[in-house]
Amino acid sequence: MIEVGTVLPEKIFYIDRALLKAYADASGDQNPIHQNEEFALSVGLPNVISHGMLTMALAGKYVTDWAGGSANLLEFSARFIKPVVVPAGDKVDLTVAATITEVDGKTIKLDITATSAGVKVLGMAKAVVVK
Amino acid sequence: MINPDSVGRTFKGVDQVTVTQSEIDSFAAVLGETDTTVAPPTFSIRISLSQYESILTQPEIGVNWSRLVHGDQKFEIFRPIVAGDVFTCSATIETLRVAAGNEIISVRSDLHNGPELVVSSWSTLVVRG
Repeated sequence: MIEVGTVLPEKIFYIDRALLKAYADASGDQNPIHQNEEFALSVGLPNVISHGMLTMALAGKYVTDWAGGSANLLEFSARFIKPVVVPAGDKVDLTVAATITEVDGKTIKLDITATSAGVKVLGMAKAVVVK
Repeated sequence: MINPDSVGRTFKGVDQVTVTQSEIDSFAAVLGETDTTVAPPTFSIRISLSQYESILTQPEIGVNWSRLVHGDQKFEIFRPIVAGDVFTCSATIETLRVAAGNEIISVRSDLHNGPELVVSSWSTLVVRG
């Protein structure tokens, strides 16, 4: 039902090192903090971390699945508040949900939540989609 | 240090970037998206970030790319990107501030296909001190 306050069903994505490599190749962002553990540790990170933009892209996939396709997302914003840490050999969760915050004649606004291992990783995540 | 005189100015990327179907297919595959007739909504970051790197690291601006962290991101999408789009990218440095020894810049990117504005995006980039 499309009304303000409706909470959309959550979906869990899984992120592993292979997905980070695939995203690095697809996006062109080859920063070694997303692939090389030794390098990540050397710059003070706890381990290899996901690209913030991969996290955001997966949250976008959640939204466009609900909204009827990629063409229906008009505005999309998020803050990268905590890294998604991806140890070798692990598949870590990215759990995404959303709440409808505004509906008008043409558009629907959503507030999105995204957590990994129970920690909120995106802040102020919002989308505007075609109704 | 970032040159404070660059704030408020718009810099044009030198490249024209043509979007290919195989680039859209690869990006969509990572997300599990099976409809590749249009690009996923965040695909434009592939173009913006590479253009940012070439624009913002010019000596005139002086961003140290190796110390960069992405703080936040916003997209306004006027129509979906499709294969065959040919983009020029501009970067406008909207704000620059220094906090706790880090330089924090807000950059706006406009992607034009010919005269048509297709995507505007805003990135907050933190250059760690």
